[in-house]
Amino acid sequence: MRVLVTGGTSLVGSHVARLLKDRGDDVVLFQRGSGPAGYEQRLGDVSDAGAVTAAVAGIDAVVHMAARVGIVGSWAEFEDTNVNGTANLIAASWAEGVSRFVYVSSPSVAHTGESLVGADAGVATPDAVRGHYSKSKAQAELLALEASGPSFPVLALRPHLIWGPGDNQLVGRIVERARQGRLATIGTGMALIDTTYVSNAASAIVAGLDRAPEVEGRALVVSNGEPRPVAELVSRIVRAAGLEPPRLKVPYAVAKAGGRAVERVWDRTERDAEPPMTSFLAEQLATAHWFDQRETRRALQWEPEVSLAAGFENLQEWFAYRSV
Amino acid sequence: MTTGSTSPASLPPQLSGLDPSWSRLVSAVDSEEQSRTWHVLDNGVENPSLTLLCVHGNPTWSYLWRKVLQAAPPGIRVVAVDHLDMGYSDRTGTERRLAQRISDLGAVADALAITGPVVTVAHDWGGPISLGWADLHRDQLAGVVLMNTAVHQPAGSPAPSLIRFARSKAVLSQLCVRTSGFIRGTLRLAKKRLPRPVRAAYRAPYRSAARRRAIGLFVADIPLEETHPSTPALDAVVAAVGEMERTPALLLWGSKDPVFSDLYLRDLIVRLPDAAVHRYDDAGHLVSEDADIVAPLYEWVSHLGTGSLEDPEVPGERPALWAALEARQSSSDAAVVEMVGDQPSRSITFAELAKDVELVGAGLVASGVSKGDRVSLLVPPGIDLTVCLYACWRIGAVAVIADAGLGAKGMTRALKSANPRYLIGVSRAMAAARAMRWPGERISVDAMRSARKRALGVSATLDDVRDRGQGRELPESPASDDIAAVVFTSGATGPAKGVVYRHRQAQAQRDALMNLYGIGSGERLVAAFPPFALYGPAMGITSVVPDMEVTSPGTLQATALAGAVLSVEATMVFASPAALVNVLATREKLAPRMREALLGIRLLMSAGAPVPAALLGAVSGLFPNASLHTPYGMTEVLPVADISLAEVEAVGPGTGVCVGSPVAEAEVAISPLNEDGAATGELTTEPHAVGEICIRAAHAREGYDKLWAVNQAASQPAGWHRSGDVGHFGDAGRLWVEGRLHHIIRTDHGVVTPVGVEHAAETVEGVAKAAVVAVGPVGTQQVVAVLVTDDAPRTATLAGDELADRIRAAVNVPIAAVLTVPSLPVDKRHNSKINRTKIGAWAEEILAGGRVGKL
Repeated sequence: MRVLVTGGTSLVGSHVARLLKDRGDDVVLFQRGSGPAGYEQRLGDVSDAGAVTAAVAGIDAVVHMAARVGIVGSWAEFEDTNVNGTANLIAASWAEGVSRFVYVSSPSVAHTGESLVGADAGVATPDAVRGHYSKSKAQAELLALEASGPSFPVLALRPHLIWGPGDNQLVGRIVERARQGRLATIGTGMALIDTTYVSNAASAIVAGLDRAPEVEGRALVVSNGEPRPVAELVSRIVRAAGLEPPRLKVPYAVAKAGGRAVERVWDRTERDAEPPMTSFLAEQLATAHWFDQRETRRALQWEPEVSLAAGFENLQEWFAYRSV
Repeated sequence: MTTGSTSPASLPPQLSGLDPSWSRLVSAVDSEEQSRTWHVLDNGVENPSLTLLCVHGNPTWSYLWRKVLQAAPPGIRVVAVDHLDMGYSDRTGTERRLAQRISDLGAVADALAITGPVVTVAHDWGGPISLGWADLHRDQLAGVVLMNTAVHQPAGSPAPSLIRFARSKAVLSQLCVRTSGFIRGTLRLAKKRLPRPVRAAYRAPYRSAARRRAIGLFVADIPLEETHPSTPALDAVVAAVGEMERTPALLLWGSKDPVFSDLYLRDLIVRLPDAAVHRYDDAGHLVSEDADIVAPLYEWVSHLGTGSLEDPEVPGERPALWAALEARQSSSDAAVVEMVGDQPSRSITFAELAKDVELVGAGLVASGVSKGDRVSLLVPPGIDLTVCLYACWRIGAVAVIADAGLGAKGMTRALKSANPRYLIGVSRAMAAARAMRWPGERISVDAMRSARKRALGVSATLDDVRDRGQGRELPESPASDDIAAVVFTSGATGPAKGVVYRHRQAQAQRDALMNLYGIGSGERLVAAFPPFALYGPAMGITSVVPDMEVTSPGTLQATALAGAVLSVEATMVFASPAALVNVLATREKLAPRMREALLGIRLLMSAGAPVPAALLGAVSGLFPNASLHTPYGMTEVLPVADISLAEVEAVGPGTGVCVGSPVAEAEVAISPLNEDGAATGELTTEPHAVGEICIRAAHAREGYDKLWAVNQAASQPAGWHRSGDVGHFGDAGRLWVEGRLHHIIRTDHGVVTPVGVEHAAETVEGVAKAAVVAVGPVGTQQVVAVLVTDDAPRTATLAGDELADRIRAAVNVPIAAVLTVPSLPVDKRHNSKINRTKIGAWAEEILAGGRVGKL
């Protein structure tokens, strides 16, 4: 099977590419700059319809995970990459006769603020979710699933909080802030949060490619299925990096209000970097976010292979190796 | 208010929960030969096997029955009629009275071609109207369902004050017609605030004074006085109900109803003694809005005509509960001994007890207590309680027994639900009854002056009762099928439930206990576990009540126990684990003479909660000649199984607590759990099948009082009691209990029973006590361990990574979170069972990101 992977430079993207390659699939990477070595590369921007058409030539299956993330940027920018980019890929793939398409989405497309306790995936609601990122991902997911049918199966997978060795998003930021002594527990730190170890997210995406014809048209949340109190997660990540867990505590209301203020200022100044705290992040870290995984596992015929405990050991080894 | 404006019937607009296809307008000729049009809801099922004819009250309309229509099973037609001048039916401009409304209902029912069997379903003043129709259609009548209604003003009670208030001329028009006050007020009688669209729907047909006219007329038509024009019609209804004794009846009742209070429920139960009754503790007047009445309604309907609601006949006459008293009526042996400290303070011989029971029994009859009347006994264990209990049994009164451990609030709830006619208690109980308005005519066990009697609303003292009984004959003895007692559960899992026992079931319990422990007449028992003390006289043995605080067994001193043993040279001791712990802790104070007395104990029973083997082992040092036993059972059936200390030591650890082998008199089986953790499997005795423990025994309860739906669920298959405990049979036929079904954790990997996990967690060093609870939706629940550690924190906190790692390594299930807390809540009565329900709710809240509230 010849598989096009967009966004292959991300942590999970590189895992997916390797998994596919290891089992004998032909992997083609598509991104703006050059990606990891050892794969055929097609360069371009997803918002460029011509480049996308060229990229899908001769392709059997697509894993689409290229996206603009974060909270910095205008709606036009998010829409261009996430919505129009996905539309381009869907259209080109359909025209090319691609036999399966996995759209990598986010649980945030269906949820806003409320605590999620053993929640279902739910339907993407672009008009209800907050922030450009979630809204654009929600619109993209809807249009991708809209295109799905028996002859062009599309499946949306929503991994929740991916982390692992080499992760410069969740792990990187937490450790960086711990190093600077600026890491605080928001709220009680007891809210249960689902996370996904990176190789589990990758194996779920590969399983999604295999199962897309049987379960097309659906959106599934993917996680390790081992929710943990957020303070325990943070503590274990920080310890894996050889640091001490945070002593500082910030009440949720303060963090949320602070986050909102920061968002406003950031937005006006249009800085390029991500702000230290956003109200979205405060919410994510202070209210429960965990999901019912039964349907995901049934549909994908998949189980996470790496437990959280094993994942934290890997992370510790990686930090130890890196510091040598 | 003789004539009013008219307007024709119409179809309702789009309203929340109401399917427009149900609405029909039906015309018929009323009793005055006038053509009228009714609005009805009708699901239109053709050739139905049964029709439910639903009749609303005032000031509602057939919207009240929308859920009954919605949930109708196939083949059942549901028809709900708006009375004329009510809802969306014709505004006739006339004034219609009860008799006319009954014939109106007949007219519209005929026009609707309701043929075949019918169950009437009615609420509020729809009750008398529906019963009037039912009486005229006996050939069709398959049953009656009544909700918060009345047919008769109970003797000696005032009319509902709200009704009297509304009936006063000044108020009537203002409240009912000129404004929508009566409707709004009624909607507020729902316990939970109704959603806005539902409130709007109830008010929709009553938007103007002209459309509300009948609401006032309805109130005015309630015959509160003999001269009222509707009195004959209501009297006819009352007479008809008197002939409906054999008609299947279901009473669904919201207990928080200031209009139709429990008094009216009792009145209906007396008139329909075989009715299935479900009283919702948390529902108000609009019971169908506050509670799910639809499921029990259709469950009940599904049993109609199948005969499966009939009691299976259980033969075999046993001696009466008081037979041993009669047998020993000339014995001067002590029957009951009370202690103060380590000394006897009061005692009564069998001869005296037998005589006093007869005297008090006759006196109670003379005081108005009839067979079947409920008598609540608020007397601590001892001579007075024994006398009153056996006197009640002898005359066929039903003893209501609620343990003081329920607390004032729990007691109030229990007594309101049982609704006894009489309340016999010590003076403290009299004061509490007055302050908390517990139902029942008050009889004081303690002597008191008339001023105090008046102050406490006490009608008589026990001595007054004895005086009244002098020279009077006792009535005929109750039959073995008559009800003997309503005993309240501890309320460890939700509100306490009244458990009903017939005489034959109580007799069987006495016999099962005597057989299990080889108890012979003439033995002497120290009963430090209150419920057991009650059966002493029935067994013909001497009972001693040691000096202890009844509500906190942990106060039993070693000297108090030994003194009690010494006083009668006791052969048996029954105590709770909490009592035994304190006896061990205070054993140093025992004089040699007292220690010696303990050598005479041949049997020590400990019950009420799982007893740790280590505790029993330490206790056996104090009672070297006793065999140590722990019976397993519950308020609903006891004993179920029994295990000795030797056996506990021999079987060793396992999954859950080993409670031994089933007793000879009880059949025990397991209803295996399905994938979702519900106990749906066919009963089995296969070893290692995990499921709900089910029991069938002659000594099992009859049922739950006024909780028909709960009773149905707990009695599947028929004749069995579903205990709510989860367990399995191990090797050699021993039963293992793994916890409450209610506490079963349904993860996405399968079912987890908490007890085994808790035991494993408690093996971790530094962990004193563990509770294992679930958070999240059933089927994908996460397991949470809540610990009390040796260095307990002052507030609840997340356990450190190291402790969490050790806990996860010790148990065999995934644990999402490990929390440490200062202490774990336990239930009041046993003072030893951890309250997992409360801990679970607490964990659910904080693990969702909520505040860390007090546990």
